[in-house]
Amino acid sequence: MSDVGTVSAQIAHFDAPLRLKGGGVLPACDLVYETYGTLNAAKSNAILVCHALSGHHHVAGRSVENPANVGWWDNIVGPGRPLDTERFFIVGVNNLGGCHGSTGPASSNPATGKPWGADFPVVTVEDWVEAQARLADHLGIDAWAAVMGGSLGGMQALQWTLSHPQRIRHALVIAATPKLTAENIAFNDVARQAILTDPDFHGGHFYEHGVRPLRGLRLARMLGHITYLSDDQMAEKFGRRLRTGAGSYGFDVEFEIESYLRYQGDKFAGVFDANTYLRMTKALDYFDPAHDHGDDLARALARARAGFLVVAFSTDWRFSPERSREIVHALVHNGQDVAYAEIESAHGHDSFLMDDPHYHAIVAAYLKRITL
Amino acid sequence: MTGTFDRADFDLIASWVQPGERVLDLGCGDGALLRRLIDERGAKGYGVELEDAEVLAAIANGINVIQGDIEQGLAGFDDQTFNHVVLSRTLQTVRHTESLLAEMLRVGREAVVSFPNFAYWKNRMAVMSGRMPVSEDLPYEWFDTPNLRFFTILDFEALCSKMGLVIRERQVLDDAGRSVTEEQNFLGSLAIYRLGR
Repeated sequence: MSDVGTVSAQIAHFDAPLRLKGGGVLPACDLVYETYGTLNAAKSNAILVCHALSGHHHVAGRSVENPANVGWWDNIVGPGRPLDTERFFIVGVNNLGGCHGSTGPASSNPATGKPWGADFPVVTVEDWVEAQARLADHLGIDAWAAVMGGSLGGMQALQWTLSHPQRIRHALVIAATPKLTAENIAFNDVARQAILTDPDFHGGHFYEHGVRPLRGLRLARMLGHITYLSDDQMAEKFGRRLRTGAGSYGFDVEFEIESYLRYQGDKFAGVFDANTYLRMTKALDYFDPAHDHGDDLARALARARAGFLVVAFSTDWRFSPERSREIVHALVHNGQDVAYAEIESAHGHDSFLMDDPHYHAIVAAYLKRITL
Repeated sequence: MTGTFDRADFDLIASWVQPGERVLDLGCGDGALLRRLIDERGAKGYGVELEDAEVLAAIANGINVIQGDIEQGLAGFDDQTFNHVVLSRTLQTVRHTESLLAEMLRVGREAVVSFPNFAYWKNRMAVMSGRMPVSEDLPYEWFDTPNLRFFTILDFEALCSKMGLVIRERQVLDDAGRSVTEEQNFLGSLAIYRLGR
């Protein structure tokens, strides 16, 4: 097994206006994407990998501009890896509203010539799927062999089966949920409040002021990061260890966990866009395919034609296995094809990104049975 | 679990499933029975399995396998979703016997249950000679067996009667997989039932 080597991103431009679920219209948009492997003549071997809250199009390989920049899901994509590039053509895309090259809040608003900022519309999982469908058209792909994603990415895979049932043969819905709980939304809102109340946010138009709401974004990431880990994992990794031998009875960084979270917060705030963060968390909050079907998930999923692999992780308390089982049981109710694996893992919600042999074997076994 | 006869009970179960029917196999292992019911009988199959390695094997077999513990009940499965709910050679390993049987007939119209008959004459002989039986259908030593409960055809039918379960059909096999029609509680090594309400 090896990685996919050096990769470079491409940009697809779409001129047709995109009508958004929230009511707005994007007059035109760019989507930045990467591909790995080769699209076969029948164009039947394409897998779309959808990213989660902070992800992007650079799924695998080393970036041509910066070889140290390895894709966020590199451990699962490559020759001989579960998403086997000898067999499949893998596509990674940065979603609308993102901050890695696709049209987003930092892009220029054609109406004003200035960055969109706060005026960039709130986008939803459904909107992302529509944009991804345009990318599929652009690549000449009528139907994906599979759409796969973890967390918010898993919601996109699920939404594909509902928005375009004929264009997706399999959905790999990993560490996801059919809707956020009140607790999930609460965490997201605290993160948003951290950004919205940062004086450097300037109502979302901070670009024009030459500043960025780093404090808010940093806090948002620190909070989010806690919810991605498990209590056990934190205890094992950090425990109550102090950076220096003894407590100083002050408010500087003392415990290792504080140091770790601040580092993660700083790192993230340095590269991510606050307006994007707000929109990604809103997309999470709004996702609820059962809502328009009397809160009956089975009815909502009845239109899906894809086969499903649903995977959850034992210590994921953000989107617990119970949430994944709701998807599974709705599909079973409808007589739809679904396999469900619940992986023992210590890494909480972030488990879906880990190189766990059993988890990867499950994904590989499922993908192997897909006929091309 | 394998035992007698390259799973002669599968032949019987397959003969009870009609094309298009929905089957839930509890403790489905690698999905061998479901694969057969899907391929030979055109059934729509689902399995429940707890063990990681078996779940992986079932996924590789193209089975709709759902990882879970049947001891926790069948919560999440809606009432009367399946035509048949199968529990093959597993009832003797289950702690919550009565609630599982009740759950099977909640989610399914019919329960198909097979189990090793502890009163099989070879088992009786073993106990008479002072040792716990080890046989084709009870292939474990007392210290490594997954079996929690040892019961006979008569015991099982007494439980069915107590629970108000209707025995629609009973088939009994010896340890070579041959049908046993007389003195079943003595000559039968494996019993297979179709139960209803």
